[in-house]
This record gives sequence, structure tokens and C-alpha cells, in this order.
Amino acid sequence: MAAKTQLLKVENAGIRFGGLKAVSDVNLELKQGELVGLIGPNGAGKTTFFNLLTGVYVPTEGSISLDGEKLNGLAPYKITKKGISRTFQNIRLFDELSVLDNVKVAYHSLAKHSIFSSIFRLPSHFSGEREMEEKAIEFLKIFKLEGSLHEKAKNLPYGQQRRLEIARALAANPKLLLLDEPAAGMNPQETEELMNLIALIREKFDLTILLIEHDMLLVMGVCERIYVLDHGQLIANGTPEQIRNNPKVIEAYLGEEVS
Amino acid sequence: MNIFKQAKFFWTSIVLAVVFAVIMQFLIVGGTLNQFYVNTLFFIGINIILAVSLHLIIGVTGQFSIGHAGFLAVGAYASAIITMKLSLPFPVALLVGGLAAAVAGLIIGIPTLRLKGDYLAIATLGFGEIVRIVFLNIDYVGGASGMTVTHLTTWPWLIGCVVLTVLVIVNFTNSTHGRACISIRENEIAADAMGINTTYYKVAAFAIGAFFAGIAGALYAHNFYIIQPTNFGFLKSFDILIFVVLGGLGSLSGAVIAAILLTIISTYLQSYPEIRMVIYSLVLIVMMLYRPQGLLGTKEITSFFKGGKSAKGGVQHGSKNTVA
Ligand SMILES: Nc1ncnc2c1ncn2[C@@H]1O[C@H](COP(=O)(O)OP(=O)(O)OP(=O)(O)O)[C@@H](O)[C@H]1O
Ligand SMILES: [Mg+2]
Repeated sequence: MAAKTQLLKVENAGIRFGGLKAVSDVNLELKQGELVGLIGPNGAGKTTFFNLLTGVYVPTEGSISLDGEKLNGLAPYKITKKGISRTFQNIRLFDELSVLDNVKVAYHSLAKHSIFSSIFRLPSHFSGEREMEEKAIEFLKIFKLEGSLHEKAKNLPYGQQRRLEIARALAANPKLLLLDEPAAGMNPQETEELMNLIALIREKFDLTILLIEHDMLLVMGVCERIYVLDHGQLIANGTPEQIRNNPKVIEAYLGEEVS
Repeated sequence: MNIFKQAKFFWTSIVLAVVFAVIMQFLIVGGTLNQFYVNTLFFIGINIILAVSLHLIIGVTGQFSIGHAGFLAVGAYASAIITMKLSLPFPVALLVGGLAAAVAGLIIGIPTLRLKGDYLAIATLGFGEIVRIVFLNIDYVGGASGMTVTHLTTWPWLIGCVVLTVLVIVNFTNSTHGRACISIRENEIAADAMGINTTYYKVAAFAIGAFFAGIAGALYAHNFYIIQPTNFGFLKSFDILIFVVLGGLGSLSGAVIAAILLTIISTYLQSYPEIRMVIYSLVLIVMMLYRPQGLLGTKEITSFFKGGKSAKGGVQHGSKNTVA
């Protein structure tokens, strides 16, 4: 493996909710351009770990840094601006907004026109809005959503909603994309398309991706490295081959029904 | 959508508003319109401003604030002090009324907008009551007996303020800033994750809404001969809230139509205040049963004419507290 630069570094990170240690002592590193999986049984703390990375929860211990810059304690919107963007396990689109406007919201931080210029419709408002609109339309073409630009997000079929959520996350221009079970609820064909899409955007946007997924085959198929979380702790990390044969992982997964 | 179409629609509305304003001015000055109708017209104007300003906070940004009469009171008293105590001209009073309410909006908004749902409602309700009680206990503004105010609210000022309010709030809503507010209403956690500074936009919407409620307060104070703390109690906040809810949360034109209809109804029922509340309650119950989304739902009136673009409206409820 060539000497890729390190992008994300998580050291001994954890959070407790009252007495419950939802995540504890997690050490994780991502290099620029990697596609890494995060797996673990139900309730292992995977989503909570994403919430730590994105600032929804502030870690009660440890540190998280992106490109050498510490992120602990920053507000979620600031972390997004630093370059981490995500999708949610339960889709969280802006339901009443159109597909186009969902993406435009992600462009908001780039807008140069002020509230004042929008209220008084100064030229900078029009140029700023036009630029956003053109960019968003171009962008949605990559995701084959240009046919439903003005459709309300809530009216899209499920698979397209998932795709729109990924598009919206990417529009925020992240260095690191976090996908929380993007294939949940998809049929095999949709899952296949999704995987192709992930490969495509990774190439096109020079992305680093951390992927939570329940479907073992899928994770094993696409990820270069995998971290395994169980009861809030990392129990293994390595290549798919190593993970498959790791006794701890087998035990963690045998402890409950394999899905 | 199309910027050219938008501009055309914008100018058509402006021209229509000016024509309407001029015609009404002649009717009022010429005495063709009797005093009862003129009064009702002024009530309608003030209530439209209140409805539209609260629409920005609740309908657009999704922050359930139920102390709007507090801002009305701050604007009314601040403006009355300007004209009656300091003898400054009415336009200054309008501006100061708006600014004072906006400052009140910032002071109350910055701490409370971190609260969610029910807590925000309770905090704003408390704010409305506190404002009323403060004015009740300040002798400088007359305490319980209130303050006498000269009648300075004229039709041109009134319609000018109504048009300005609607314009500013429509323009704000139809911009990236308005979309940021709507995204907060739709899903605050996702808005945050998309890089929206949610606290900033909640406070901004709150302050802009408060500003126009303050202007409404200035118009209100100078439309009567007296203002008293009892004018600004919870029932007043409730009246304004009903405009927004009845019109359809998320629909500006719905809020305007509801303000017009309900003002007319309540003017005719003025001598029977109890009946008015009963009718209001019945209207609400019937609406909750048969049209829970409000008169226009999430649509704007323009979408019925053009059959096109439906507006960006609709508050949706659901548990959004755990992030998964
Ligand atoms: N805000 C919270 N307060 C209290 N406990 C929480 C909170 N958020 C998560 N937890 C707990 O932390 C643990 C980890 O939950 P998490 O959602 O991260 O699991 P997960 O690995 O994503 O599971 P799944 O595969 O089902 O999505 C669970 O026991 C959950 O109940
Ligand atoms: Mg999860």
C-alpha cells in the first residue's frame, strides 16, 4: 500500500449515556481515499459512533481529528464544513422540499449572498441563487435524479430517497462520507446499483468513505478494511479475510441470530 | 422557479397593491367608506402583519412560539413612548417599535431557541405574560390604566407596512436563507448535518418575525386612543396563532386569508366576546376534524391560479429526537 495521507484519526473515543457506555475506547484511522466498513450486531454502537464523528453527541472521552484538526466539541454544522458529511439509518430528507431544494440546502454554506441581499433582491441574490440552481441540477444528473427535480422528496420511491440522501450529503462537499446502512430495505437489484454508485462517487469525488452495513456479504465485497464493533468496543479490524476468520467476530455474531 | 416569471409576478403584485392602496385612499378620504368599514380594514391590515410575521417563525422555521402578543406589546409601548413622551414623528416610532421588538426577540430567542417543541412553547408563553406584567407595573407607561396615544396610523402607513412585511418575508422565504429555515422545520438534525447553523437561522427568523410584530404594535397603538396591558394578554397571542394554524402551517397566503376572514368575523361579534371565543373554538374543532392541514394546507394561493409550483410548506410531526 502506498503511503497515503491520514485523513481521520480517532483516539480512545467514547460516550456514555448515564450508566451505559454506548461506545468506549474506540481507536480508528482512515487514510485518504479508503473505503472502510464498520460492522457489528444490533445495538453495538455503530450509529452512536457516527453521531460522535458528526458532533451530534460530544464524546465524553478521547479525541477525534480530521486532517490533523481536532473536532471534539464542535457544533455539527461546523464539522460538516470541515469536511464530514453523512446519511442516516432512517432516511432524513427534507420531505416537503423538492429534490432540487434538498440539494440546494447542502450548498447553503457556499452561498455568498446575505439575508439582506435576498430580502431586498439585490443582484447578488439573483446571481447566487442562479449559480446554486445550476450547480444542483448538474449534480443531480450524476445521481439520475434529474427527472424528478421538482418532486417533493417524500414522494420519491424508497430507493431514490436513499440515493437523494447520498447526493445531498455529497453536495456538502465532504472529504469523508459516512453512510449508515445505505442498503437497508433495498432489494438485491437496488443494492447492486447502490454499490456501483458508491464506487462511482468515490472515484469522481476523491472521497474517503466509512460504511455501516448489516449485510456481511456486501461489506466483505466492497470494503478494503473492516472494523468490528460489539457492545461499544472495537473487537477487531483488518481485511475482510482476517475478519471472516476472527474468532471474536464469529462469537459476537453467533451470540445473536445472523441476519 | 424561473427568475423572469418570478420578477413578472413580483411586479404584477406590486402594481396591484399600489392600485388597491390608491383606490382605498380615495374612498377613505372621500368618506365613501363609513367608519365601521375603515376600522375593520385597519384591523385586517394589522392582523395580516401579525399573521405573516408569526408564519415566518412557526410556518417556515417550525418553531412553535405562542407569545407573539409580547412582541406586539413591546412595539406598541416603545412606539407610544417615542411619539407621546419624546414627541418624535410617527415614522421614527414605527421603526423604534420594530427594533425594540426585534431586540426583545433576540433576548428571548437566543436562550429559548435551544429548547425544542413543548419547552419552546412554554417559554414563549411565559415571555408574553412577563412582558404584559412588566408594562402593568411600570408607572412611566401608565401601569394598569395604560397610555393615551394619538391617532396617527393612516391608510398609507398601514398598507405600506403590510406590503413591506409580506414582501420581506416572501423574499426571505424564497431564498437560500428561507430554505435553511425550512430545512430546520423539516428535520433539524439533517439540517445541522448539512452545514446549516440552525441556532443562527432560528434566531434570525425569530428576530425578523418579532420586528414586524413590533411594527404591527406601533400601528396598533396609534390606531386607538389608548393602550393597556390587558390588550396584550394570552388571548391576543392565541388569536394570532389561530391565523397561522387555520391558514395552514407553512402557507403565507393561507395565514393572510385566515387573518382577513377571522378579523371580519370577530368585528361583527365584537359586542359578544364570549360568543366570539365559542365560534373560534368551534371553527378550530371543525377544522381539526375535517381539514387538519389548515385552509390551504401547505400550498400558496398562487399555485391554484398557475396550477404549477406548490409552495414549500407543511409542518410535519414525528419523533426526531433520537438520531438513527
Ligand atoms: N441518546 C441516547 N441515550 C441513551 N442511549 C442511547 C442513545 N443513543 C444510543 N443509545 C444506546 O446506545 C447503544 C448503541 O446504539 P446504536 O444505535 O449506536 O447501535 P447500532 O450499532 O447503530 O445498532 P443498529 O444496528 O440496530 O443500528 C444502544 O444500546 C442504544 O440504546
Ligand atoms: Mg444504527
